[in-house]
Amino acid sequence: MNEITSTIQVVPLEYYIFLSVTLFSIGVLGMLIRRNAIIAFMSIELMLNAVNLLMVAFSAFRGDAKGQVFVFFIMVVAAAEVAIGLAILTMIHHNRGSVDINALNKLKW
Amino acid sequence: MLEYVFYILSAISIACALLMVFAKNPIHSVLFLIGTFFSIAGHFVILNAHFLAIVQIIVYTGAIMVLFLYVIMLLNLNKESESTKPNIVKVAAVVSAGLLFLVMLASFKESIAIPLPEGTDGIGSVKNLGKVLFSEYLLPFEASSVLFLSAMAGSVLLAKKK
Repeated sequence: MNEITSTIQVVPLEYYIFLSVTLFSIGVLGMLIRRNAIIAFMSIELMLNAVNLLMVAFSAFRGDAKGQVFVFFIMVVAAAEVAIGLAILTMIHHNRGSVDINALNKLKW
Repeated sequence: MLEYVFYILSAISIACALLMVFAKNPIHSVLFLIGTFFSIAGHFVILNAHFLAIVQIIVYTGAIMVLFLYVIMLLNLNKESESTKPNIVKVAAVVSAGLLFLVMLASFKESIAIPLPEGTDGIGSVKNLGKVLFSEYLLPFEASSVLFLSAMAGSVLLAKKK
């Protein structure tokens, strides 16, 4: 156990911040650059995971288990969100015949 | 030693995330995202959060990504027929994502690691997390079961043929 705990002495917190921010920005990039709704949805999952990673890193560096409990709840919400979102995407595909984001502009101002 | 594990896992997660965004075929995107999730589970392991590493593998790569694959195959989207956005939109997307990256990095980089209190070795263990979850966070835990029930009913209702 002691060897594993020494990770946080070897790798500084800044590295985890850098990694999480990079992953989050890649998720935002995927959200903006792609037109396939499923890829956009996967980018949201990537952003949630970047936040999870940062939260676990903060929790480990602070020695506080509450951050990890919140990560657990984020995973719960993500699972529910995916179930609903994919059902909505299936219905959109049934009704419109595609999952192109740019075709779904009825609510656009 | 652990430093190199961190570097390798970080390289895998960033590379797989970039490939996920830029892969033409949605199936390849899903597989690259699974790679990212596995490497994040590895990060959880070296951060001493063993329970979350297992949950990450079971829930994300086991349940969520299989659901994605299932929907892609159900809707027959596994072809490279996606029309792309115009180039100006792509450039704008890259610039704004880069700006967001810079702003978030600048706002987070001042956070400092406080010296750890004694006896916080096994905070990520199942035993400790279970204690916190079932004493302090019991009400949110029960509320999440209601959330799951409503999500289940909602997805059945949405996906049902009229």
